Amino acid sequence: MSMLKVESMTKKFGGLRAIENLSFEVSRGGVHSVIGPNGAGKTTLFNLITGVYQPTTGRVLLGGQDLSGMPVHRRAALGMSRTFQNLQLCLNMTARENVMLGAHLGLPTSFVSSMLRLPHMRRADKRCRERAAELMEYVGLGQYVHHETTAMPYGALKRLEIARALAADPELLLLDEPAAGLNANETAAIEKLIHNLNKDGVTVVLVEHDMKLVMNISSHIVVLNYGEKLAEGTAQEIRNHPDVIAAYLGAAA
Amino acid sequence: MSANSVETTGDAVALAPGARVQTWKDVVFSARYGGFAALVVALLITPLFIDGLYQFDMAILVLINATVVIALNLLVGYAGQVSLGHAAFFGLGGYGTAILATQHDWPALLALAAGVGLVVLIAAVMARPILRLKGYYLAMATLGLGMIIYLILTQESWLTGGPDGMSVAPLEVFGYTVFDELVWYWVLAAILVLMYWIAVNITDSPVGRALRALHGSEVAADNSGINVNHYKSLVFVLSAGVAALMGGLYAFYSGFITPSQAGFMHSIELVVMVVLGGMASLVGAVVGALLLTLLPQYLVVFAEYEWLMYGLVLMLVMIFMPKGLVPTLHGLIRRVLG
Repeated sequence: MSMLKVESMTKKFGGLRAIENLSFEVSRGGVHSVIGPNGAGKTTLFNLITGVYQPTTGRVLLGGQDLSGMPVHRRAALGMSRTFQNLQLCLNMTARENVMLGAHLGLPTSFVSSMLRLPHMRRADKRCRERAAELMEYVGLGQYVHHETTAMPYGALKRLEIARALAADPELLLLDEPAAGLNANETAAIEKLIHNLNKDGVTVVLVEHDMKLVMNISSHIVVLNYGEKLAEGTAQEIRNHPDVIAAYLGAAA
Repeated sequence: MSANSVETTGDAVALAPGARVQTWKDVVFSARYGGFAALVVALLITPLFIDGLYQFDMAILVLINATVVIALNLLVGYAGQVSLGHAAFFGLGGYGTAILATQHDWPALLALAAGVGLVVLIAAVMARPILRLKGYYLAMATLGLGMIIYLILTQESWLTGGPDGMSVAPLEVFGYTVFDELVWYWVLAAILVLMYWIAVNITDSPVGRALRALHGSEVAADNSGINVNHYKSLVFVLSAGVAALMGGLYAFYSGFITPSQAGFMHSIELVVMVVLGGMASLVGAVVGALLLTLLPQYLVVFAEYEWLMYGLVLMLVMIFMPKGLVPTLHGLIRRVLG
């Protein structure tokens, strides 16, 4: 069974059709990339999947469950995490607290247990604190465990978002341009990280402009153009697809 | 993602980053230990240095304001939701308590509980529609709510005594009437310490992170599974309830309450205490309440220029310490200590 399924989805903003009758499936495991020129609707697609927007028509299914009308915070409880193209980090918290935020749903969050600092809450929070440090180590941010978020460089913040997303123990991870603004070394490290994540059982959906990264790592690629699906297939198939070459790769090469 | 794989690869690192690195400086400068100890010591020794009705009156006002401002700081400083109508909850708690205790002869504590309950109910009902707004719009809406409550308290003279206010029966608990300033001092000091402790616990907990995330990035909070509306309502109701409780106690203490307690100027004073002391700083909330309660008393020497000086002090602090007094000094001292 497919893990994520987008069914004949259309999203209109006034007269603009940002997504037009789009259908595709994401199978469990693998790295699924969504590519397309600027304005093709990639981030809009992420916002539709995570519930920031509701589709005009069509629907999203996660593990067979229809997500229509479900608010963002409830979708997050279904094992789906994401990162953001323009960073969404809490600069009023330390780096580690940002990661701990991602684990919110796994913690005792009753007001009384927080107010009175009940033992079970303290224990769970301590475990969460330790796990956050491990996750930071995992994404290569071990040196920043005790840092303020404001004291970290841009490349590190991109990884911090990934660590926060992982803190929720997601089965499906949506990465919105994780390599944007990174240099070649940092991009290579992100590629390795995505590879490791995937090996550890996380299904990844990737929106990315760096074609080298996409072609290296993707098991499945969906190409969008003006909100419509232009092509779909393996990296090899996409690379040789005449429409894709004309619309996108051709223009870049 | 399999947690196991992380843990197996993380064995080597589990020791260092897992443990919370704490030096003696971290302990001294933490709100939980250093701040708490400083507060308790200050409250314990203050009665040794003050004397007379006037000075105790000032101390008691500081205690009341500090408790309200700690709770308001959870809303404004931590969760980033502005309220320019908070005095209305203080006043409404005061009037609700006073009317029930004085006009209807309810037992004092029951009247207090009912006054707080009324405000909690109003805040809970108003929270959803109001807290959907952000920034200036939220400020406007809370301002409007405050004005409506103020107007009702001023206009409904048959119930509230109108603009002249109303006198309040003294606090009587189990046959014992609280008159003595020193008793009031200890009662209110204990409430302040309790409030501080609760606030420290909240800020250092999953709930506290959720609240701070509302300020830091609502998008991040939402995507981390945090029900943004729920947490906004929660902290709004909490801060309103604490304001109402202190309003009720204030009414009992002073024996008299006027609509100005619920008025716009009082709301602004409370927010200024938060900002001047330091947003998202609990020690700052206490310091802000202390300074701004006492400052007007010391500025009396400037006679007609009193409010001019008051404004000048606020401007200078904000220009040179935009983060507020306590966070700025805290950062400065820690940098000097290394």
